[in-house]
Amino acid sequence: MAISYAVRERAYAGVPRRGPVTRLLEDERWLGALLLLPTAFLLALFIAYPFVKGVLLSVTDARVGVPGTFVGLQNFIALAHDSIFREATFLYTAVTTVFKLALGLWLALLLNRHFPGKALTRAFVLLPFIIPTVLSTFAWKWMFDPTFSVINWTLYKLAIIDSRINWLGDPQLAMISIIIVNVWRGVPFYAISLLAGLQTISPELQEAAAIDGARPWQRFWHVTWPLLLPVTMVVVLFSVIQTFADFQLVYVLTGGGPANATHLFATYAYQIGVGTGLLSEGAAVSLAMFPALLVVVIVQLLYIRRVEIH
Amino acid sequence: MARFDRRSFLKLSGSGALAATGGMAGILASGRAPAYAQATSLHWLRWADFVPASDQLLKGEIVAECEKALGMKLTIETINANDIQARITSSVQSGSGPDIVCALNNWAQLYGESLADVTDVAEELGKAQGGFYETSKVVANDGKRWIAVPWSIVGLQIAYRKSWFEEVGYSGGKFPETWEALREAGKKLKAMGRPVGQTLGHTFGDAPAFTYPYLWSWGAKEVDADGKSVLLNSKETLESVKFMVGFWKDALDEGGLAWDDSSNNRAFLSGTCCATNNGASIYIEALRKPDAYQTEKGTPLKGDILHAPLPKGPGGQFSFHVPFSNMLMGYSKNQKGAKEFLRWISSKPVFDRWFTTQKGFSVGPTTDWEKHKLWNDDPIMLPYRSAARTGRFAGYAGPSGRKAAEVLTKYILTDMYAKAVQGMPPEDAVKWAHGELIKIYGA
Repeated sequence: MAISYAVRERAYAGVPRRGPVTRLLEDERWLGALLLLPTAFLLALFIAYPFVKGVLLSVTDARVGVPGTFVGLQNFIALAHDSIFREATFLYTAVTTVFKLALGLWLALLLNRHFPGKALTRAFVLLPFIIPTVLSTFAWKWMFDPTFSVINWTLYKLAIIDSRINWLGDPQLAMISIIIVNVWRGVPFYAISLLAGLQTISPELQEAAAIDGARPWQRFWHVTWPLLLPVTMVVVLFSVIQTFADFQLVYVLTGGGPANATHLFATYAYQIGVGTGLLSEGAAVSLAMFPALLVVVIVQLLYIRRVEIH
Repeated sequence: MARFDRRSFLKLSGSGALAATGGMAGILASGRAPAYAQATSLHWLRWADFVPASDQLLKGEIVAECEKALGMKLTIETINANDIQARITSSVQSGSGPDIVCALNNWAQLYGESLADVTDVAEELGKAQGGFYETSKVVANDGKRWIAVPWSIVGLQIAYRKSWFEEVGYSGGKFPETWEALREAGKKLKAMGRPVGQTLGHTFGDAPAFTYPYLWSWGAKEVDADGKSVLLNSKETLESVKFMVGFWKDALDEGGLAWDDSSNNRAFLSGTCCATNNGASIYIEALRKPDAYQTEKGTPLKGDILHAPLPKGPGGQFSFHVPFSNMLMGYSKNQKGAKEFLRWISSKPVFDRWFTTQKGFSVGPTTDWEKHKLWNDDPIMLPYRSAARTGRFAGYAGPSGRKAAEVLTKYILTDMYAKAVQGMPPEDAVKWAHGELIKIYGA
């Protein structure tokens, strides 16, 4: 009895003494929380703080250099009666998303085939996405220039048109112009992401379907598309959020004009908040994006979860 | 052996440094930069000038002389005029940034609460140099005090092609004197592929410099003299909008809806428009590069450019010139130095050198500069000399205060005309603009 006791005590003495902090950290719950802290701190600083600040601003009448007082929902009520504040953003997002998805998917399917120079082509496809947006948009601005448009010049020389097309000066054409540029810029993102998705689909499934007599369209619709759907949903989700909050492209191309026909939430918020100095109203415009985006995010995330479970 | 670990070393060296110089701890405790660093540096944010030679002068010789004359290290930063307001907003909200910022139009009125009172500097300047133009004053004075020191006014006149207007009956370098006459002449010229050029886009200079005086020339105004009752929805405004729709179709370049402040320069210099309301930059550029810019006959374009004021309407003849002023930011730690600098840079001998490089693109903020010898150099530039005298400013007939600045920065008047030429019934366009003005003035 005595011996075994002595032995046990010696064994215990060999283990280093642990302080209260060490013991706490050996508990996974505490360690997990601790390891999350840096991320939580960064999120709070760069996401939560600006968001809360935006909400607080939007319920005051703050201007640049003037903190303002609480006015409740007055800014939002004013927005509801604002003629400039219309569906432009929704139209822009919806149309570009459809085109980007269709063209991106088509491009991805083409790139997924084997052909000489495949790697090089894939790299080139990414170019519109790699060039800084402001830079490429300036190039587009020149192509749409009212006086010096190279597009008009070409169409004119080919005798397709006999007067200039007023790309950025006509409200509908201006909208179409910014949609074209957005689609041009966004397709590579879709194509490359969907291509990555396509490559995870085992070729054996396609072969099996082919052996069973499925035509190319049937193979796409019944094999490829269902397997690609989760990736597609994530890509669309990211793209919708980015397009909805788009700023640079419109700011450079039209500045929201002509006569506010192409103002998106972000450019309008900038004009009100920074141009006119009405910070509170600008914040309210930005926040008006939030409910719409929240719905999109929730619906899509729920869908992705459902797909994953099945 | 004495133990000498890291901690005791830090303690020792820290106290040593403190004893020697007062140290970092002393600076931190006082919560401000050491005095010598404060007083000797000054940061001036300006627009990237349309006359590059002026920026060269400021950043080179003037910076060197400032250091000699005032002992201040001057930093001049130039950015695109459209980006200045974003910088002002972030600087004011964070309480740090440039000490002095150049404001265009009546921007200063938007930031009144955040600006230092510069009444002493402005009053001295006005007295010493023959008195300010009305435009200089209304944008930099909020009715009680001066919130900015007027710097210059970019005069706007119509630059036009002498020979082309001769072809449609305006011999001897004449230009149509009324809107009706310009519409008639422009109609003929547009048929030849030489329309009148005018932006109706969201631009800080060329758009308001046309739409405001155009509105006034029909006898219309935004608000009453009390600065409260909105009077825009009137018979006169409606007439002006109706005329504009026909004028646009008959005589103007329809791409103008998407023009920015430099589009009309390019259009004119490349020979695709016959006349455009602008600063003198078109003519100055044509002078600078006589070989690059030529007429269709192969002669230098500069010989075919003349300047004229905007035509008359039923309500008179008006103009709008783009004023510049320098705001001393309230957060600046160098208030005294900044005022000293503003006095120095605005003083005749120093300002004269900047003024000379502008070659008439800018007139001075005060009437004395009309007497400058540079006006004797080139008769083509003469219409700019006293142009600022006829200038009214945004917000007429009320004061050009914060609300007028809101209307201006939201481009409401410009959009009223733009909407109408795009097909909105003139009555609706006027009603829309009137409603927007009520939202601003009525609140």
